[in-house]
Amino acid sequence: MSSSTPLTTRAALASAIGTVAGLLAALALMVGFFSWQSEYFFTADTFITIANDIPAVAVTAVGMTFVLIIAGIDLSVGSTMALAAAVAGIAMLQWHWSLLPATLLAMLVGLAVGAVNGAITVAWRLPSFIVTLGMLEMARGAAYVATDSRTQYIGGAIDWLGKPVVAGLSPAFFIAIAIVALAQVVLTRTVFGRSMIGIGTNEEAMRLAGVDPRPVKIAVFAIAGLLAGLGGVFLSSRLEAADPNAGTGAELVVIASVVIGGTSLMGGRGSVASTFFGVLVISVLEAGLAQIGASEPTKRIITGFVIIIAVVLDTLRERRKKG
Amino acid sequence: MSPVLLQGRGIGKTYATPVLSGVDLALHAGEVLALTGENGAGKSTLSKIVAGLVQPTHGTLTLAGEPFAPVSRKDAERCGVRMVMQELSLVPTLSVAENLLLGRLPHRLGFIRGEALNEAAARQMALIGLDDVDPRLPVGALGVGYQQMVEIARSLVGECRLLILDEPTATLTSREIAHLFRQIELLKARGVAIVYISHRLDELQQVADRVMVLRDGRHIDTRPMRELTQADIVRRMVGRDVHEGLDRDVRPRGRRALAVRGIARGSTVRDVSFDLHAGEVLGLAGLVGSGRTELLRLIVGADRKESGDVMLGESDAPVAIASPVQAVRAGIGFVTEDRKSQGLLLPQPIRVNATLANLGAVSRGGWLRRAEEQAEVERLRELLRVRSDSIEQPVNELSGGNQQKVIFARWLHRDCDVLLLDEPTRGVDIGARADIYAQMDKLAAAGKALLMVSSDLRELMSQCDRIGVMSAGRLVRIFERGEWSEQSLLEAAFSAYAAAERHVTLATAA
Repeated sequence: MSSSTPLTTRAALASAIGTVAGLLAALALMVGFFSWQSEYFFTADTFITIANDIPAVAVTAVGMTFVLIIAGIDLSVGSTMALAAAVAGIAMLQWHWSLLPATLLAMLVGLAVGAVNGAITVAWRLPSFIVTLGMLEMARGAAYVATDSRTQYIGGAIDWLGKPVVAGLSPAFFIAIAIVALAQVVLTRTVFGRSMIGIGTNEEAMRLAGVDPRPVKIAVFAIAGLLAGLGGVFLSSRLEAADPNAGTGAELVVIASVVIGGTSLMGGRGSVASTFFGVLVISVLEAGLAQIGASEPTKRIITGFVIIIAVVLDTLRERRKKG
Repeated sequence: MSPVLLQGRGIGKTYATPVLSGVDLALHAGEVLALTGENGAGKSTLSKIVAGLVQPTHGTLTLAGEPFAPVSRKDAERCGVRMVMQELSLVPTLSVAENLLLGRLPHRLGFIRGEALNEAAARQMALIGLDDVDPRLPVGALGVGYQQMVEIARSLVGECRLLILDEPTATLTSREIAHLFRQIELLKARGVAIVYISHRLDELQQVADRVMVLRDGRHIDTRPMRELTQADIVRRMVGRDVHEGLDRDVRPRGRRALAVRGIARGSTVRDVSFDLHAGEVLGLAGLVGSGRTELLRLIVGADRKESGDVMLGESDAPVAIASPVQAVRAGIGFVTEDRKSQGLLLPQPIRVNATLANLGAVSRGGWLRRAEEQAEVERLRELLRVRSDSIEQPVNELSGGNQQKVIFARWLHRDCDVLLLDEPTRGVDIGARADIYAQMDKLAAAGKALLMVSSDLRELMSQCDRIGVMSAGRLVRIFERGEWSEQSLLEAAFSAYAAAERHVTLATAA
């Protein structure tokens, strides 16, 4: 690092650490609270369960982080998860494919769905909110068609992904961690990542600087679809089945995780690493509430409240930084 | 003469620097006062002060003998002082009647009384002779000329003693202008005082009783219109003879770098052709709205041109430039007029903004090389003397001049052969301005071709080798160094707004 850069680099770093530190503090608080409330919470079992529960949401949230950074939104990820999982299920059950090619096929399906989202958004300059809302319905419908509207039981062939291998953690967990790390590097260290941030900050300025925003935007939606496809397979591996209703409402959990992680809905600002902590916050909250015996309605009310508080805090912090 | 309605003494407005100082004015009921001057002379500031949109830092106003210090547009309107702005403020999806009475819609229990509304609107429109428009039509369905008339009609709802019209004919055809002038006569007869702002001197001569000329925020002269010819007015707008930089040597002109042939888009840019050579700085003068920015946007493909070609280098084969992306690839850089909304990524650091146009140079296979990028941006920062804590400082924390230097850094980094500069020194302090001029000199010396739009004639005269003048969408003349004077440049800038032009407008509109 050059000698004349320290001041604001440190400030920027401090701000990034600030987000993560805030999330860690929130996590610690929640863990403390739930451990105090329930003697069973602070155990290895609980944390292993949480760790093996998060991969589906975590990888999907990585793609969503990219989408929010370019000032878009993708409401179709929940349905895409179901469709991709359904296709993978069919490949394994009817065509007797093994897990790896079936997973790749599911990701390809997700990629195609995302690419269509991106292409339509870009070609007709539509709000991605509307395009992906339409896709939410279409992909869900397609998932029903693919599964014949029945949950297709896959069984042991797919549960390998979700089964513990090392220290109680599943392959899906490690894959998710690797994807988070890779995506963070792509965001901060590549031309593609720089272009995403630029487009989210000021698309017109990017265009006038000679950077074509269109291929970048299509690629971002395609990546979001691809990761949702993988998330769908992770989800089926937990269920050991391809359920056409899987991932219903997942888009909201995913968006909430990304936003809790400090990524701006207005675009131009975000971090994949803090998205991961956002995912943790939501999962710990849900697991903890379940353990202390909160009813489903109570859980939802509290979770919703936490989402709002998180965003309020983040907004206040950003504003104070701007002065 | 009728009594004085509005009296101003020592009116001044200072932002960072004074934009208006010590202006006295008197406006009589039932007269039309033309307000004119160069770009930035203070016309709009003065009229906005009267209309309550801007508060003066010095001086006082009286209206019909009473102290008058409006703090908002609403406040001024309560006193019967209204302004019709250049940008229309109508809601296109609402009907003419709803627009006219917006904010005071006749209603009962919250429900709009449609009939009462339309009747009131029809009465209002009859006042200015707009009785041929159905008040139930949505405003968006009307032509721009009629929209302008609706806007004026809206200003007259309620009491109106003083009406300010800012370039009211900019978008009108000659038939609509004639109509407007008849309405102005009606208003005068009712004792309304009118301030009429326009670049079109022939129009001012037709409609105004007196003319007031501002220059550099100061009052120069006010006298009856009939005492002055158009040339007299222009001379007053130009004023002093400043010839700074007039002794600069003409830069050696190299090969042709860019040729523009017959480029056009609607009425904003009409049939513009010129050559730009390596090593020269070509200026582009003209009034606001004369099509200078629009011309640059057509060249880089930011807007679609309806006809015409752009050629690069000495080749006569037109290049297809359908977007700024292609323009940059072809070696044409564009420094936009509005650097905040069209140039910078404001919350991002200097480093990110500076390398944006050429990320390929600081990356390998799509991976950014941090060290190389930092070294390159450090070099540019020192070269351009960007005052900042470090290259990691977000650009929204920098001054205007330093922000502009960051944009220059971006295009230096890209190393374009042709650079289009739109008001490159707007909002830039004198020190940074000198740095930017020095950089332009260096670029020209290195064989780059520069095209510079500016509303500051003195800047153009001191920096450019040639100056093209645009007027009403046409490039009316290109002056060589030594041929121009402030007077001749301004006359050229006004030339295409003369009456003859109007018939063309009418012919194409009809």
